[in-house]
Amino acid sequence: METKPSEIVIELDNVEKCFGQQKVLNGVSLQVRAGTTTVIVGASGQGKSVILKHMLGLMRPDSGRVVVFGQDLAQSNTKQLRDIRSNFGVLFQNVALFDSMSVYDNVALPLRERTHKSEADIRVDVEEKLALMGLEDHGAKFPAQLSGGMQKRVGLARALVLNPRVVFFDEPTTGLDVSKSNEIYRLFFETQARLNYTAVIVSHDVPKIFKLSDVVALMADGKLQGCMSPEAFQLSDNPLIRSFVLETMGPIYSSETEETLLYETL
Amino acid sequence: MNLIATLGAETLRVLELLGRFGLFLLTCLYCAVTPPYKIAPIVRQIRFIGAHSLFVISFTGLFTGMVLSLQGYYTLAKFGSVGFLGAAVSLSLIRELGPVIGALMVIGRAGSAICAEVGIMRNSEQIDALECMAIDPYRFLIAPKLIAGLIAMPLLTCVFDVVGIFGGFLVGVELFDVSAGAYFQGMYSSVGWHDIEMGLVKSVVFGLLLVWICAAKGFFLHLERDGGFGAEGVSRTTTSAVVIASVSVLVWDYLISAVLL
Repeated sequence: METKPSEIVIELDNVEKCFGQQKVLNGVSLQVRAGTTTVIVGASGQGKSVILKHMLGLMRPDSGRVVVFGQDLAQSNTKQLRDIRSNFGVLFQNVALFDSMSVYDNVALPLRERTHKSEADIRVDVEEKLALMGLEDHGAKFPAQLSGGMQKRVGLARALVLNPRVVFFDEPTTGLDVSKSNEIYRLFFETQARLNYTAVIVSHDVPKIFKLSDVVALMADGKLQGCMSPEAFQLSDNPLIRSFVLETMGPIYSSETEETLLYETL
Repeated sequence: MNLIATLGAETLRVLELLGRFGLFLLTCLYCAVTPPYKIAPIVRQIRFIGAHSLFVISFTGLFTGMVLSLQGYYTLAKFGSVGFLGAAVSLSLIRELGPVIGALMVIGRAGSAICAEVGIMRNSEQIDALECMAIDPYRFLIAPKLIAGLIAMPLLTCVFDVVGIFGGFLVGVELFDVSAGAYFQGMYSSVGWHDIEMGLVKSVVFGLLLVWICAAKGFFLHLERDGGFGAEGVSRTTTSAVVIASVSVLVWDYLISAVLL
C-alpha cells in the first residue's frame, strides 16, 4: 500500500445513504489524493459527518462504492477493514477521549493495542507527541480536567501517535474560541508538514478553513458540489456554491480584487 | 391488513435483535478464547464485578439465610421436624436462592454499570474511536467483562451460600435453640455434589447472561427503537437491560432446574 504523490487514496463513487425516508447522501462522488488536504464544507445537517463515517467504514452506503487504498470497504471483511483503518487517524468532533484514562494513557492506547513496543518505547513516542502539542506537563491529568482546546490537542496527539497516512478531522474547531482555533490550525500545519499525511477535514469554519485546503467541496442537496481549489471554489458559478460563499463570507466577496483582500485578512 | 403488517414488522425486528445479540455473544466468546490474552483488564473487571459486590452479596446472603431459617423453623415445627432446618436452609440456598438472588444483586450493581458505561462510550463516539484506531471493541471492551462475569459469579454465589448458611445458623441455633449438631448434620447428610454442581452451573450461566445482555444493550444503544441518545437514552436502556437480564435469569433458572433435577 505504498503511496505515490498523486495516488487516489479515497474514492467515493455515487454513494447514496438514507435514514428512514430522508436521503442524506444522494450520489456523492469524491476523490482524495495522497498528500492533499480536502475540506468538505456545508451547513449543519447536510451530511458532512455522514460522508466522513462512510470513509472510515463506520457506515455502509445503501448504494455506490467507498474505495480506500484500492479496496472497496463494503466488500472488506473485519480484518481487512482493520488493516485499512490502521492507516487512519481521526480527530472526532467531540474528541471521544476515554474519560476514565489519563491523557498519557489515551495517547498510549493505540501503541499498546496495535504495536509490540515496550513501555519504554511507548513512553518516548507519547512524550514526543504530547510535546508537539504543548501538553508535556499534562500527561497525568484526566480529560475532564482539561479545557476544550487542550482536549482537542490530546485528540490530535492520539490521532497522530501511529504516524497515520490519512487523518480525518470532524469539525476540529467547533466550540473553540478564535485563538484556540488558530492554535489547532497551527498544529495542523506543523504536523502535516512534518508527517506528510493526507487530510480530510469536515468543517464549517469558512473562510478560515480555505487557507488549509488544496481541494474544497460543498455538501448541499445530498451531493458534493465543487471539489476544486479554494480559489476556484470562491469564484465558482455554481449557484449553490455562490450562495454558500456569500452567506458565509458576506459582501467581502464580490470580485477577484476583494477575494484577494479576503486572503490577506486571514 | 395493518395488523398483519405490524405483526410481520415486529417479528422481523425481534429476529434481527436476536441475531444481533447472538452474533455479539459469539464474537465476544471468540475474542475471549483467542489470543492475545491480556490478564490485567480481566483482573480489573473481576475486581469490579466480584470484589466490589462482596458486601452487597454478603449482606443479602446473611438476611436471606436468616429469613429462610425463620420461615423454615415455624413450618417445620408444625410437623415436629425442626431437625431438618439445616438441610432446608442449605439446600434452598445452594440449589436456588444463592445463584438467583446473587445474580439479581450483581445485575443491579454491576450489570447496570456495565450497560451505562458501554452506552455512554457509544454515545460519546468512544467505541467509534476504538474502531477507527483499528482496536477491536469486542476484544478490548467486552471480552474482559465476559470472562470476569464467568469467574466472579460462581465465587460470589459460594460466598452468598456460606454467609446464608451462617445466617440460618444464627436464627435457628442461637434464636430458636435448634441443636447446632442437628443443623450441620442435616446439611451434611442432605447436600450432595449434585446440588453444588447445579448451583455452580446456574451461577456460570447467570454470569454470562448478565454481562452479555447488559453489555449488548449498551453496545447497541444507538440502534434502540425509541432512540438511545443522550442521558435519558442511556438511563432508559440501562433500566431495560436490568429488567431483561433479571427476567432472563429467572427463565434460565427454571430451565436449568428442569434439566438438572
